[in-house]
Amino acid sequence: MGLLSDPNRRRALISMLTRLNAPICVVCYFAGVAWFMGLAFEPFTLRTYMSENAMGSTMVEERFPAGERALATGREFAAHKKKVGGMPVDWLVKNMQDRGLEVFTQSFSRTLPFPDENKERYIVKGTNVYGILRAPRAPRTEALVLSAPCSPGDGNNQAVGLLLGLAQYFRNQIYWAKDIIFLVNEHDLIGMQAWLEGYHHTNTTGMSWSPLQGRGGSIQAALSLELSSDVITSLDLVLEGLNGQLPNLDLANLFYAFCQKIGVLCTIQGKLQRNDWDSVSGYNHAVQTMMLMVMKQASGRPWGDHGLFLRYHIEAATIKGVNSFRQYKTDATTIGRLLEGMYRKLNNLLERLHQSYFFYLMPSLSHFVSIGYYMPAFGLLAVILLLRALDLWVQLNTPPSTTEDGVADIDQQSSPGVLSVLTPLVISHLTGVALYALPIRFQETAVEHFPVSETEAVVLTAIAIYTAGLALPHNTHRLLSGEGTEQGWRVLKLVAVLYLAVLLGCTALINFSLGFILALTLVPLAAFVTPHVPKVLSAFILVILSPACTLLFSVFFFQELQDMPVSFQDGWLLYLSVISQGILDHSLYGSLVYPLIALLVYPCWLLFWNILFWK
Amino acid sequence: MKILTLLGLFSACFLANSINIENSAGQFFSSGHTNNWAVLVCTSRFWFNYRHVANTLSVYRSVKRLGIPDSHIVLMLADDMACNHRNPKPATVFSHKNMELNVYGDDVEVDYRGYEVTVENFLRVLTGRLPPSTPRSKRLLSDDRSNILIYLTGHGGNGFLKFQDSEEISNVELADAFEQMWQKRRYNELLFIIDTCQGASMYERFYSPNIMALASSQVGEDSLSHQPDLAIGVHLMDRYTFYMLEFLEDIHPASKTNMNDLFKVCPKSQCVSTPGHRTDLFLRDPGSVLITDFFGSVRKVELTMDAINLTDPIKQMEEKEKRSS
Repeated sequence: MGLLSDPNRRRALISMLTRLNAPICVVCYFAGVAWFMGLAFEPFTLRTYMSENAMGSTMVEERFPAGERALATGREFAAHKKKVGGMPVDWLVKNMQDRGLEVFTQSFSRTLPFPDENKERYIVKGTNVYGILRAPRAPRTEALVLSAPCSPGDGNNQAVGLLLGLAQYFRNQIYWAKDIIFLVNEHDLIGMQAWLEGYHHTNTTGMSWSPLQGRGGSIQAALSLELSSDVITSLDLVLEGLNGQLPNLDLANLFYAFCQKIGVLCTIQGKLQRNDWDSVSGYNHAVQTMMLMVMKQASGRPWGDHGLFLRYHIEAATIKGVNSFRQYKTDATTIGRLLEGMYRKLNNLLERLHQSYFFYLMPSLSHFVSIGYYMPAFGLLAVILLLRALDLWVQLNTPPSTTEDGVADIDQQSSPGVLSVLTPLVISHLTGVALYALPIRFQETAVEHFPVSETEAVVLTAIAIYTAGLALPHNTHRLLSGEGTEQGWRVLKLVAVLYLAVLLGCTALINFSLGFILALTLVPLAAFVTPHVPKVLSAFILVILSPACTLLFSVFFFQELQDMPVSFQDGWLLYLSVISQGILDHSLYGSLVYPLIALLVYPCWLLFWNILFWK
Repeated sequence: MKILTLLGLFSACFLANSINIENSAGQFFSSGHTNNWAVLVCTSRFWFNYRHVANTLSVYRSVKRLGIPDSHIVLMLADDMACNHRNPKPATVFSHKNMELNVYGDDVEVDYRGYEVTVENFLRVLTGRLPPSTPRSKRLLSDDRSNILIYLTGHGGNGFLKFQDSEEISNVELADAFEQMWQKRRYNELLFIIDTCQGASMYERFYSPNIMALASSQVGEDSLSHQPDLAIGVHLMDRYTFYMLEFLEDIHPASKTNMNDLFKVCPKSQCVSTPGHRTDLFLRDPGSVLITDFFGSVRKVELTMDAINLTDPIKQMEEKEKRSS
């Protein structure tokens, strides 16, 4: 007889499962964490390599000559920007036309749901200017994009200058097989969102923009350039995009290949490569780089203007020029040559980048960990939830030991009413909906009654609703008659554990970092919480492990990783701004982190809170 | 007496000369072929396979230079490199960096182009099973006195050659196609040259007589490309064909260089891979086979000593004319 169909063996298996459940769960948890930490250990990673044949064996000598002229153009741009007090649209249009591009503009406007205190904007109006370099002999079916943001003040002038310099140089060549679109976007991400929506004829975020007059075919790849100094010491590559989506690894490989060929110092997460992987400090360095990527990916916000392209299946990355205190400086001509080389290789593409990985983590620019290697870390954590669910199922199905008072036990054995399980579910999700919808809706009333700004009102309302949810269990039970039964909480916990498993699994598939970080904190509490554990201590631990506190700790941890530790006051203010950014990202760009936490993760956590206070 | 001796001397000289003429005439016809054909195939497309088109065009150029006319060459190119949007030097295909030699030229005649280069079309060309509407330029109209040069280049593996990134021809299919050609008396002798990775696997299965084969690398070895051009941005030629082109540039229609010299082209020091050849199916000794027997087109005349009755056929023609008019 088979293992599972033989009743004796089944009983033995089940008894082993129930006896060893807690130890196996603990082992799995630590194994998952250890696996994750081991991902940064260099022998477990793979070297990056170019997977796309079309980009692999071709090599050209880059000949871009006009770095100094590009910087001069950048200075002109800065002067005009200051004169106009915003984006110098007419100057840009004329300049691009003189270089032989087909120039178009797009105006857009958007009223944010509440003022953005980080960037100090509320009602945003702007213009994007873009010029299309038509491929001399090719049909207009494919395009590449090079963009530079028009930042207020002194930022990114050199980027726009270099963009115009490259536009002029590219215009004189005949080997382009794709149109190249040179885009200068205003108000960084908002402008980029308007342009992309206009280009692809979609309107997902409720922005109003004028339709695009000129178009270039389907975009194959895009690079966003951020350069704020005349010389740089290193180039930083930013990959993380909206909702934790990453571009194809071949784009990072391409960048790295050219960094090596031209001899520019290149970093990822602002951290240099190190060769001493077998020393403790070398390993620490790799772990820090990887954790920075994990944190950035989990936040779900686009970390550069490129982040919004990824949603349209356009591989994009941001290249940032960094000027730090190093001796060896790289000038604009060299950066121009690097970009020229990258664009010539992208020009050779025949299909979209698809040969390399879409899901990966990078402990350094030359090493990567693919999804097949990092998913087991999450899998080990998810197994804990499944083991717990099995344990509960077994408990629910075995009849309890008979007592003297047989009648009362039989009464208790009757299956708990659907109402007693459904009520906490519905109420938790209603609280979640309140957390999602109310902060923005009631910001005016909050501002009337309390001396706070709108942004603070929204954030503090959110925190207030979150904390109010903690008072729920006692209120839920007022609706139900009598105390909950033993069976009742088991059924609720079974439902909650399976719900959490599915939720975390789906999250990890789309955004591994977010799923893993949530799993790290939510899985232990889901595993150990019952009505019988000591109440005060467990309540405290539950609150510490709740999503809001995880976010708080993550903010401090992120600052530590970037070598910019903050005091508690600053950390708290940063935490509030992170919450407001999350809510804004959701309404501006469609980021899914805030709805996920408010509508799904928080109610799930509330269910466990409910179980703790079941009696 | 003197006249007799003079006459005797004369006749002896005359005899000797005629024997000489017979000998040289005999030598002239030793190969047994009267016409030459060439089938040159490049099987890969895409810009980064520029070198395969350049390979094929270099062999085409040599073969034309040595006398085979376009009407006797079937040139199959799977992609258009000269007019590719990415070519910084449009309308040219170079075989050497520093752009010394433009093998595209101005009189290239491509018979099968682009997506027409498929395994099916290649095999139909070889075996002659083409639909009646196929133009003459796309046919291999060889007979049993034709020497055919077949040159294949592209990406290959152990036992197969990849056509156009979507299909393959196996060495068994190729061997069977050559056997069909033999049975239909479509060739006198066949020279098969292949420049791909693991090229020697493609001639392992041949079993028809009178085939000589050369390959650029052995099974398990890769054929390497020669040099990249930093302005065009691609590798221009493969090593084996590059050195073969160099070798062929020294050949002129009257050369007496033989196949043994061709076997020595591109030793391991230059090619990195080990070129191979196969001569066991060939009836003549490779040392007696001239390069121009395959690469050139030395027109030969058939001398016959028998009288041929021409009257009957002419009568038939006249009757036909009467009927039509």
